[in-house]
Amino acid sequence: MAFDSFSDFLQMGRHGFYVWSTYGISGVILFAIAWQSWQQKKQVKRQLAKRFIREQEK
Amino acid sequence: MSWTWFHKLGSPKWFFQFASRWSLGVFLSGVVLLLIGLVWGLAFAPEDYQQGNSFRIIYIHVPAAILAQSCYLGLGVAGFVFLVWQMKMAPIFIKSVAPLGALVALIALVSGAIWGKPTWGTWWVWDARLTSVLVLFLLYMGVIAIQNSLEDKILADKAVAVIGVVGLINLPIIKYSVEWWNTLHQPATFKLTEKPAMPMEMWLPLLISSLGLYLFIAGLAMLRMQTEVLNRERRSSWVKEEVLKNGI
Repeated sequence: MAFDSFSDFLQMGRHGFYVWSTYGISGVILFAIAWQSWQQKKQVKRQLAKRFIREQEK
Repeated sequence: MSWTWFHKLGSPKWFFQFASRWSLGVFLSGVVLLLIGLVWGLAFAPEDYQQGNSFRIIYIHVPAAILAQSCYLGLGVAGFVFLVWQMKMAPIFIKSVAPLGALVALIALVSGAIWGKPTWGTWWVWDARLTSVLVLFLLYMGVIAIQNSLEDKILADKAVAVIGVVGLINLPIIKYSVEWWNTLHQPATFKLTEKPAMPMEMWLPLLISSLGLYLFIAGLAMLRMQTEVLNRERRSSWVKEEVLKNGI
């Protein structure tokens, strides 16, 4: 560990705000794009399935 | 050399099956490596003697910055491939990667701005490096806007391919911006020909988090390309089988 205690780790010297806000924002962006990519695939599959079933019933 | 792989890769069906097998594994190995690299970099790497702990922003800033450029390189090459050989997968790649590249470039810009405040005393300066990366972000946004706004899909594919190729000129500008112009920005962290300027305990976690982010985004790119393939190939019978296979 480069830090003496957990609170030291959170404080990052006097740079805690900068370091943690960077990782917070980056984490949110990465999570959001992963979630959106996943949801989009599910949604497209569902739409196509509905369409194919409708076509079969005709 | 056999070119069969090239032709296979150009087939949407083959790609879809390939990506079904690999996308999740690539994504998850990216998550694991990213976590290892970040925990190592944030908690265990030694403090920088000049910048203190603010330097730890490097573990997302540098991976994001090089990945944003790599994505654009891929996008430009795909644009060229599409314009010359009309390969079907090329516009699928461009459309799927552009939003990922835009967000990764955004991470590079935001993390750089936050890092700039304690280090340079300012969030932003209009110098060559920062401006050229902002242009990279705007190129991605242009590609996304054109894909979404043009009704004529064939025209949209061509237009973004052209932007992709033309925008490639920005990549050497980004790379050499820290050498050609006076800048606050420090020189390159990763160099192929020289030993890294930072000690191994700082550099190794950076390498791991970079690999992690590459795999993370590669996994998502494959996933998004699968979605796009389904959408574009909806009239093929294999798509119908694929979609109806698992029920709704």
